Amino acid sequence: MGRYDFLGYRRENKRVGIRNHVVILPLDDLSNAAAEAVANNIKGTLALPHAYGRLQFGEDLELHFRTLIGTGANPNVAACVVIGIEPSWTGRVVEGIAKTGKPVVGIAIEGQGDISTIAAASRKAKEFVQWASEKQREVCSIEELFISAKCGESDTTSGLASCPTVGNLIDKLDPLKATTCFGETSELTGAEVVCASRAANKEVGERFMQVFRAYQDVIERHKTSDLSESQPTKGNIAGGLTTIEEKAFGNLQKIGKKAKFIDVLKPAEAPAKGPGLYYMDTSSAAAECVTLQAAAGFVVHLFPTGQGNVIGNPIEPVIKLTANPKTARTMSEHIDLDVSGILRREMTLDEAGDKLIDIVIRTCSGRLTCAEALGHREFVMTKLYQSA
Amino acid sequence: METHFIVHDKADTVGVMVVENAQAGQELTGWIMETDETIKLKSLDPVPLGHKISLGDIKNGDTVLKYGHDVGRAVADIGKGHHVHVHNMKTKRW
Repeated sequence: MGRYDFLGYRRENKRVGIRNHVVILPLDDLSNAAAEAVANNIKGTLALPHAYGRLQFGEDLELHFRTLIGTGANPNVAACVVIGIEPSWTGRVVEGIAKTGKPVVGIAIEGQGDISTIAAASRKAKEFVQWASEKQREVCSIEELFISAKCGESDTTSGLASCPTVGNLIDKLDPLKATTCFGETSELTGAEVVCASRAANKEVGERFMQVFRAYQDVIERHKTSDLSESQPTKGNIAGGLTTIEEKAFGNLQKIGKKAKFIDVLKPAEAPAKGPGLYYMDTSSAAAECVTLQAAAGFVVHLFPTGQGNVIGNPIEPVIKLTANPKTARTMSEHIDLDVSGILRREMTLDEAGDKLIDIVIRTCSGRLTCAEALGHREFVMTKLYQSA
Repeated sequence: METHFIVHDKADTVGVMVVENAQAGQELTGWIMETDETIKLKSLDPVPLGHKISLGDIKNGDTVLKYGHDVGRAVADIGKGHHVHVHNMKTKRW
């Protein structure tokens, strides 16, 4: 195997996954109980309970479907059982996932109740999990890998070293045709013009600015203060970050110095322009952002943290790195890569980037991340506005 | 030689402390990443790990530069070697 090869699961649609989950996916809040019962019955399956799915409409409903379908379609998922309160919307999610060619079935609760639903779904889940358990990993190359990035509980060490380490990786993997993604619209405030200048062309830069301005309008409409209570967060401030502008320039270090973003994605929208760096319109809340990136088909996530955000995702492994020596010492069980040596001038950024590539390759070949070992499975749907 | 604080860009007016337990009155060594220069500064506050220290006298209303960019404004006079944070600096946004 070459330096950038890894052992992944090549799926029916040729997309490559690094995990082999059988997901029990509830369509809506009402179906969580049945989904969790099935996951309890059948070992090796994974339920993804969430809070929404009733009386949503318009763009918010489209995002709900895009997130659920994208989650089931993610190549880290081998097969999927969808459970919904009624058959119509359940069938819409099943149809969407089925386009990948992977095994998927939908079961509705109305007319039979939870117990019969759980029995039928458990039988299918058992069949799927035994089928999936025979899938073998095979050698895959870096141009088949989809990597997302988002930082959290940032402090000034994030901007000095852990975000630039992710940027160094992107600068190295972009010419090798990896597909990468960053987001966090609100946390680009103050650095938006510099961010727009990193678009591959004027049209993409202008579309980024439209998304950015739309987000500013939301904030202007709902804010009751200058947002200093929320952005930066209390954790950010404790870590020494004073303003949103300072946080934004630190955040933007994640896209490196050279790579240009080639498209602007809606939340949970799958990249469709080939390999390269993509910007996605997301919230800056960690679990919401990673859930959207996983639903867009990204299979491994890079998460620089300063003060020690502990987030994970159920289907997309989250690799955590920090440059804060105190966090590396006091929260070591959460940190996959310690790059605090950069601040002591014991490690160069180039060396840190190489170390991050190593840990990504090992994670893609099967090594569990800290968040996986600790059971962090934050699956959080983004909601655009209130339900009907 | 221990590095106590790091400066992103030559133009910056603040640096970031990268050691724990720095004391007021301590002679600090700083590293400007952009130019790989070493500078000296006397700390006048006990600035915590990750917090900013003023590299020169900053006047009330002045733009604070970090990463070579505008990251907010001073809302009080800040003397060289003092702690820069929410008590004397604010966003220009929102």
